[in-house]
Amino acid sequence: MAGQVQALRRRIRTVKSTAKIAKAQELVATSRIAKAQERVTASKPYSEAITQVLTALASNASVDNPLLVPRERVRRAGVLLVTSDRGLAGAYNANAIRTAEQLIARLKADGKETVLYVVGRKGVGYYRFRNRPIEASWTGFSERPSFSDAKTIGDALLEAFVAGADDTDAHYGPDGIQGVDELHIVSTQFKSLMTQSAEAHFLAPMHVEEREAEPGLRPAYEFEPDADELLNALLPKYLNTRIYAALLDSAASESASRRRAMKSASDNANDLLKRYTREMNSARQAAITQEISEIVGGVEALSSAGSDM
Amino acid sequence: MANQLPVKVVAVEERVWSGEAEMLVARTTEGEIGVLPGHSPLLGLLKEPSQVRVKLAGGEQLTYDVSGGFLSIDADGVTVLAESATPATPESR
Repeated sequence: MAGQVQALRRRIRTVKSTAKIAKAQELVATSRIAKAQERVTASKPYSEAITQVLTALASNASVDNPLLVPRERVRRAGVLLVTSDRGLAGAYNANAIRTAEQLIARLKADGKETVLYVVGRKGVGYYRFRNRPIEASWTGFSERPSFSDAKTIGDALLEAFVAGADDTDAHYGPDGIQGVDELHIVSTQFKSLMTQSAEAHFLAPMHVEEREAEPGLRPAYEFEPDADELLNALLPKYLNTRIYAALLDSAASESASRRRAMKSASDNANDLLKRYTREMNSARQAAITQEISEIVGGVEALSSAGSDM
Repeated sequence: MANQLPVKVVAVEERVWSGEAEMLVARTTEGEIGVLPGHSPLLGLLKEPSQVRVKLAGGEQLTYDVSGGFLSIDADGVTVLAESATPATPESR
């Protein structure tokens, strides 16, 4: 009996420290969400302005930039998957990876070869464990992505995309590099504190909407240098902005998901704590009762033996 | 006196400065450009690296070191978009 009480006491201690850790993680994640959302808001003016500028440009420039024109034949498609560096974030990584897998299966069904680019240790771990090749990976910033991180990724993707332009079926093309003809991004969209959903989007070739509304009101822009050159300079920047936005959104989602997971973990730990405490109390009480009844039984046995004499 | 020129300096990670100015001076790949209120619409790529100077009404001047930037002028004013924009002088904060 006493052994049981001991075991329960030990278990309570474990659950208590787990609850403390989960609670701390929850609080940290809560403050991270707010910070991540601030960064999303802070990046809005730029992305809005660049979208507006590109729309104006696309209506003026000849649209034959390699980033805008869909390739005739798509042989290889690049998939950029955004996951987190740390676990304990509920289904966050599982969802992102599942969405990526669905996309890859769909691309394969279309006869396209897929090339994987992964952000975050969890995604890298998943594919490495399964011995699937990863073209390139970036880790260490999933909770606080900066624009230079996005730029590094964007530059690598762009290089592969541009290199893919001259590939043929049999050969890698004059540049000798096997590139990609399409780029997709799988990241988690932050909808609200309770909802985040992993989604796949087209990254390149891009679709810039040419706005034909309000004819005559569109300002007649002058360009320095000319429109085509400007477009060439701006499209890569736009690509980086899109990646940056996806990274920020994913960071916010990661924290939100972690907060939810940690909240249910600490709630569960508290429930367990209550149950174990009750069990321990009743076990202790049972032990005491037994001891008393043993003593009383002993005394009675002695006294009855005495009266016989 | 001509009216004021609304200026926005926007970096990728944050809005750096916005407000009214007398004039904005920047250097595009083609050459230096000074923007006064009522300038015709223009899109320009800024020289790499370059400085953007914002001249305020009181004769003050804000200077920013800009990299990866471009300039958009339309009816609503001037927007300087940059991958990074840092104040070059202490007054520009």
